[in-house]
Amino acid sequence: MNVAIEMRQVSKVYGEGRAEVQALREIDLTIRSGELVAIMGPSGSGKSTLLTIAGTLEQATTGDVLVNGVDVSNMSPNDRARLRRRSIGYVFQDFNLLAGLTAIENAALPLELDGVGVRTARKAGLRALDALGVADRAGRYPDDLSGGERQRVAIARAVVGDRQVLLADEPTGALDSVNGEAVMRMVRTACKQGVAGVVVTHDAQLASWADRVVFLRDGRVVDQTAALPGPESLLAPGPRP
Amino acid sequence: MSVRHALLALLSEGPKFGLRLRQEFESRTGEVWPLNVGQVYTTLQRLERDGLIESDDSGGEGLQKMFKITPAGDGELAEWLRTPPDSVPPPRDELVIKVLVAVTVPGVDVRDLLQVHRRQLVEVMQRYTHLKAEAAEHDVGLALVVDAELFRLEGVLRWLDAADARLLHTQWTADPAATTTATGQQRRDVEARR
Repeated sequence: MNVAIEMRQVSKVYGEGRAEVQALREIDLTIRSGELVAIMGPSGSGKSTLLTIAGTLEQATTGDVLVNGVDVSNMSPNDRARLRRRSIGYVFQDFNLLAGLTAIENAALPLELDGVGVRTARKAGLRALDALGVADRAGRYPDDLSGGERQRVAIARAVVGDRQVLLADEPTGALDSVNGEAVMRMVRTACKQGVAGVVVTHDAQLASWADRVVFLRDGRVVDQTAALPGPESLLAPGPRP
Repeated sequence: MSVRHALLALLSEGPKFGLRLRQEFESRTGEVWPLNVGQVYTTLQRLERDGLIESDDSGGEGLQKMFKITPAGDGELAEWLRTPPDSVPPPRDELVIKVLVAVTVPGVDVRDLLQVHRRQLVEVMQRYTHLKAEAAEHDVGLALVVDAELFRLEGVLRWLDAADARLLHTQWTADPAATTTATGQQRRDVEARR
């Protein structure tokens, strides 16, 4: 499998002097295409910072970040913005849909911003909405959608076109557990189709959808789960876990 | 889950053969808790002895026989469904004991120990979640069983997180009397678990 994101010895410092905060310390992390990785840790452990740096929204203080094999550390802001539009999708806790645009306009937006013609972009947007079961909501504005529908539109926008990386920060937000599970099923489906997914969460049930869970504490990777054995291990004789 | 009441529930739908009872039990609990033939048969024998089910004598032996629920069995099932489950935790939770011991053993990094258990719990949760993810969406029985286990494990994880935060912010004291204002009975309840 391709390496979609590689972080090498990434550190991030905010502020200076007495106000200095070391948010990340020497992070080494590799995310492969088709893999869903969850980042867990208490608040203040650096989870969200790690996600914004992996997604090139922020720059590391030291260390290298490679997206699809390309080092983004020395890219111009314009080149980074283009890389984001073409390759990286984001899903946030509060959806971040533009209220003045319909569902399909929201979903097609990254492509249109990238210069793709409106008709082609809308077609791709509709395909993405359809894959998430909300094609019939294409003409509605976010205010007219339920929370679950809004998050589906947000995921459609994140995977529209040919994105290779999906980054999500507490993507199930305030959704109830059934809608939250539906969101994670969609993220997992996108990964099965080759997208590299990173989900930041403090919720163990969400994290357990991932192929691998990475634990962060005080800005460091302190641990990660082993490769998954098959579910048959749950049926083994002996005391239940 | 009580095998006894699960079998009564299956028989409340109508008379069934022993072998079919076993198959239905497994399919409805999502095959997460497989039963062996002996367990089903001995449970059926006990239910019959207690007058909660009857078997017809005309058929074969053991699981070959046809069973049906009696009015007393219907009553027992209805009563069981409404009785609160035993929600009092076991007096000695092994993980709690390990952590209590760890804080007293010199040289043990308790936060690292908590992380080891945290990772192991998340790994088990991953296996359950993937079981649910791979299952057909209409398999409600499996989803319900898996959800119950996930919520239980999540509760244990949250206790680990709370323990982590507590150990970070407070100095461990071996004498709970110095730090608690709980009533005598509350204290005795807690002490019974330690």
